[in-house]
Amino acid sequence: MANVDTDKMHFSLVSPERELFSGDVDQVVVPAESGEFGALKLHAATMSVIKKGIIKIFEGNTESKMYIGGGIADVTPDGVTILAEDAVDLKSIDKDAVAAEIKNAQEDLRDAKTDADKASTSEKLERLETILANA
Amino acid sequence: MASLKDFRTRIASVKSTQKITKALQMVAASKLRRAQQAAEAARPYSEKIAGTVANLAASVQGSASAPKLLRGSGKDEVHLVVVATSERGLCGGFNTNIVKKSRELVADLLAQGKQVKILTVGKKGRDQLKRFYGELSIGHIDFSSVRTIGAAQSKEVADKMTSVFEAGEIDVAHFVYSKFRSVISQIPTVQQLIPVKVDLTEAEAKNDANSGVYEYEPSEETILEALLPRYLNSQILRGLLENNAGFYGAQMGAMDNATRNAGDLIKKLTLQMNRKRQAMITTELTEIIAGAQAV
Repeated sequence: MANVDTDKMHFSLVSPERELFSGDVDQVVVPAESGEFGALKLHAATMSVIKKGIIKIFEGNTESKMYIGGGIADVTPDGVTILAEDAVDLKSIDKDAVAAEIKNAQEDLRDAKTDADKASTSEKLERLETILANA
Repeated sequence: MASLKDFRTRIASVKSTQKITKALQMVAASKLRRAQQAAEAARPYSEKIAGTVANLAASVQGSASAPKLLRGSGKDEVHLVVVATSERGLCGGFNTNIVKKSRELVADLLAQGKQVKILTVGKKGRDQLKRFYGELSIGHIDFSSVRTIGAAQSKEVADKMTSVFEAGEIDVAHFVYSKFRSVISQIPTVQQLIPVKVDLTEAEAKNDANSGVYEYEPSEETILEALLPRYLNSQILRGLLENNAGFYGAQMGAMDNATRNAGDLIKKLTLQMNRKRQAMITTELTEIIAGAQAV
């Protein structure tokens, strides 16, 4: 059962390719499909679908952000596990590189001929813009 | 009888082959380490998602509203066999073992009167299976231009599988790949992916441990609906990554053997050449002595 001595809970963020974060934190704010919610220690066991967006992780006085492209959050009183589809740690990215990628994607969008191409590039562009805006 | 020059050219050619196999072995060894790391890095996700799916599946088991991927189509007529092999060869019996396993499976299913469809992933498997079951193939997924296998690749396989399943073209799907046990041992394995099979005992154990009742947002079914394709994806990704690691392991072993064989061959040829040279010297000497005695 949950350890009541500390206020920290365990948080882990895993993507299909690797584990991005694993450790003790104070609070996690998750963009669920039905609205953003914050999970603290001893939160009721919940499972919810997450949409594309930014997860905020509070640890002491620091706040870190991660971009995720949808997934599932498994909240228990002990902690939170997020199974993400695509996840990027916003601390580790290079803003200039992302800006350059956005430029590329914008050009691709202009050049895109078929609807499928357009849809996939605009999706890519949206992802990059969210990343840059929150970095 | 081969002349001395013939021996020298053969030894030189075996030596250069040995250099190539040696280099390939070292390349495989370094790639193996990376492939192993990738396979290990994917493990937390696949374990966690398996636990969650097992948990959820246990609670909706048997209910008519359970997602189709879990329930199945209600029939057991058409089976899809997805065979994952490597894109390249020079890896000993690695691909042949996977193909052998899938041929056994296909033969078994056909003997039971089922209909079988085959989807191949990886060039080597396609080439080998074409000879036996070419007419059963419904497609091939090519990763020859992909440098590192990741979620995008497994998604391609998973999407293809779910799309034929949703279209009602198949009832059951199996995935054949090689389990990576160690660098020298890879075990061809068959795993049923559709309908999703869950280990219920594991789920019960987890339920007892948590004993907390979950709240589901929006609903159990919706979450399961979102979760199952991801589960499928992660299982395939795990299979592909293990396959990849196994491939490099097998290649390393095969190339190590080849290098050693080449070394043995060089030794044998050198010995033969030296014998021949000595025989020639002896003949020449006897001829000279015989000539001197005649004078």
